[in-house]
Amino acid sequence: MSVIMPKEDLRTLSRRQAIISGLSAAVGSGTLVSDDAGLRAFETDALTAYRTSPMAVVLPRSTSEVVSIARFCFENCVKLVARGAGTSLSGGAIPTGDAVVIGLSRMNRVLDVNFPDRTATVEAGITNLAISNAVAHARFFYAPDPSSQLACTIGGNIAMNSGGAHCLKYGVTTNNILKLKMVLIDGEVVELGGDFLDGQGYDFLGLATGSEGQFGIVTEATVRILPQAEGARPMLIGFDSAESAGACVAAIIADGLIPVALEFMDKPAIRICEEFAKAGYPLDVEAMLIVEVEGSPAEIEDQIGRVGEIASRFNPKTLRVSQGEAQSAAIWKGRKAAFGAVGRVADYLCMDGVIPLGKLAEVLKQVECIGTGHGLRVANIFHAGDGNLHPMIMYNANDEHEKVIAEQCGAEILKLCVDAGGCLTGEHGVGIEKRELMRYQYSEADLLQQMRVKAAFDPQWLLNYGKVFPLDLQERFAAEARSHA
Amino acid sequence: MPDVTMPTTEAELTDFIKAARASAMPVEVCGFRSKREAGRPANCAAVVSTAKLGGITFYEPSELVVRARAGTPLHELEATLARKNQELAFEPADLSRIYGPDFMAASLGAVAAMNISGPRRILRGAARDYLLGLRAINGEGETINTGGRVMKNVTGVDLTRGLCCSWGTLAVITELTFKVLPKAPEARTVFFVGLADEAAVGVMSAAMGTPYELSGTIHLHGSLVARLADPEIAPAKTALTALRLEGSPQSLAHRVERLRRLLSPFGESYELDHERSRYLWADVRSLAFLSAQFDRPLWRISVAPSKAAPVVRALSAFLDLRAAYEWSGGLLWLELPPSADASVTDVRRVLAEYNADSMLMRAPRSVRSGIEVFHPQPVAKMNLVRALKKSFDPAGILNPGRMYAGV
Repeated sequence: MSVIMPKEDLRTLSRRQAIISGLSAAVGSGTLVSDDAGLRAFETDALTAYRTSPMAVVLPRSTSEVVSIARFCFENCVKLVARGAGTSLSGGAIPTGDAVVIGLSRMNRVLDVNFPDRTATVEAGITNLAISNAVAHARFFYAPDPSSQLACTIGGNIAMNSGGAHCLKYGVTTNNILKLKMVLIDGEVVELGGDFLDGQGYDFLGLATGSEGQFGIVTEATVRILPQAEGARPMLIGFDSAESAGACVAAIIADGLIPVALEFMDKPAIRICEEFAKAGYPLDVEAMLIVEVEGSPAEIEDQIGRVGEIASRFNPKTLRVSQGEAQSAAIWKGRKAAFGAVGRVADYLCMDGVIPLGKLAEVLKQVECIGTGHGLRVANIFHAGDGNLHPMIMYNANDEHEKVIAEQCGAEILKLCVDAGGCLTGEHGVGIEKRELMRYQYSEADLLQQMRVKAAFDPQWLLNYGKVFPLDLQERFAAEARSHA
Repeated sequence: MPDVTMPTTEAELTDFIKAARASAMPVEVCGFRSKREAGRPANCAAVVSTAKLGGITFYEPSELVVRARAGTPLHELEATLARKNQELAFEPADLSRIYGPDFMAASLGAVAAMNISGPRRILRGAARDYLLGLRAINGEGETINTGGRVMKNVTGVDLTRGLCCSWGTLAVITELTFKVLPKAPEARTVFFVGLADEAAVGVMSAAMGTPYELSGTIHLHGSLVARLADPEIAPAKTALTALRLEGSPQSLAHRVERLRRLLSPFGESYELDHERSRYLWADVRSLAFLSAQFDRPLWRISVAPSKAAPVVRALSAFLDLRAAYEWSGGLLWLELPPSADASVTDVRRVLAEYNADSMLMRAPRSVRSGIEVFHPQPVAKMNLVRALKKSFDPAGILNPGRMYAGV
């Protein structure tokens, strides 16, 4: 395995029975999973190449149960890993063997919807899509829409600061939440943010969003809900080269048009998704864009005309505007099912680097070279409007050697993104996957500053240990914390 | 008053902070000092300014990204963006009405340090939402880079947002990277006159619940309307409730027509054309409706919009106040008569029932040194405040006490 998991603490492991009894006493046995078969469901997330069974799993139903669990772990120096639906692509929810997993899936209620204030207050274990469904009757929605929105939880979205196809216009999670209820590791409950936009004072809400479960356990969130647009319509534009498609994306943004979504797929991805979704994607093109615009019928016509005019400068091979809701749904079905569709064909690693838009064509070419150089196929599906690439490196997971090569290939692609002026991850998070690459993007001083902020919330380094930061630095911080204790 | 040190390079600034750290000397951090009278009064032996660390270092209009040093005047950046028909979409409010026109203009560093947004915040987001990355020097004199220049970035802890609105107490911001957006070609304003506060918030909330993308909402008490420049609106001195829409003329025609029809149950509405809209919203952005009288306490209250009118009503029972409702009621500006304590006890006692956030934006120094200027926080939250401060500035030398006593 190329990602090394932190060494398990033998003293904690030797106390396993006492810890399980203690948790059971704290929250009741109905909340606890400790048998091997039950634990197996929690040993990995969507980064399935890595798995470790946790010591125990607790499934609380309330903030007060979360408080009891956190306090028990704090007092007994037990590591705690928060988990939503386990859809993390970076291994953010993979436990260590000496950790307790706290699964929030039972806390999935809508607590309050306030249409005049345009907010919804929900428990952390509710799925992303369930929030939109709960307000759809009034023609409202919750904007960030990760591909996994049917399964992923708002708590997980907050941990990773998730994005989605429509965040080009509406922003990512951090731009769409107002308040969090968070249980700190010592059992204290804090409210970060408020029922309003922008109070004055430190932005703890911003710091906690995207902290990958290392700052506290979010149990409730107040999110902004937005009125649905009058209408929306996607169009498909096919090109005979990835470069032309990339240049077209840059030209659309440069023209001052901000479509609600601007997605890119290359030939391998188009073929795989079309076979799966029968969306009518053109199979004779090298690259395709899905451009979605929204507004009144006249505004939609106007924007589609402008996009078409810009696209025509890059010799599109096909240009097709959706003619109705069924076609629109099919177009998005293909895109949103992309990860599943590729998964039917091969095992894959999905990268998540971000690059400046102007470098799109150049970076795509280099990504292809990296894949070819390693003898691996790479399918590209990504949020082009904001430069967020998702190269999917296909390999055979049963071939340990090929897995190592695929991971090397991924690391090279991410380094390429950083070299181009971008970053390692746009929406999937660092997790265990990119932990050691953090040094490529940040200086030691940058990393240590981030880690001191993490330690301000969790001085004992008990929350989601082994993620985000290079392991040797984490061990140093944790050892220091132990010596103080 | 101590001399102001104005480093001309980041290396000089770093040396200054390291020296201050070595001698445990508290340092007041500022840009052009235009907000010097904001927050708790800091009594520092030294003052360091980023005023000479200015200039746009990178601007790529086709990628909607601009990077500039902290000491760049806001108006200079905005002029550069305007030449490419772009802008800072959060429309940072001009606070010179509050702190006095004799001060120099705001620096970009201040925009981030105070998270200053204006009327368009309600549609497009706040300053913190447009910050892609920062460079800053922490209290140890270390250079910290956060975020980057790309539109999406979840790599590591989000120190960009962490430093935004930290009032120079965690680190000295030296360079900022912003996402910019194209300017909308035109604006229109739909307005109502004479609405009571509850009805006005009802209009604004109803409008914000439509798909017509309002880019500004304001409700002003009649006494504040008189301070506006519009020659027809100002003399009426009756309450004004205004809604801004921006976009292409064709799109505006459609949206304005639909919106007015939808809001017709609230009473008769009127419309301002592009020119008059521009002037009105420039007044809103520069808070022209507020008194420039420095001894008049001014409170900034953040609250759920539906609670805004009840808050004003509850406070009006015993305070002679004038209120402006921005952001659909979510941002209240409350002007009070001069007093020894800015009526802090009454204001905070009432607000406690409404889950609001309050900041005393303006009051004489003597008043601000005696009360909590920022909203008081519960114990567990204050522990986090202190721990965060310590993580950036362990010796407590940067703007000590500017936000909270002892922090």
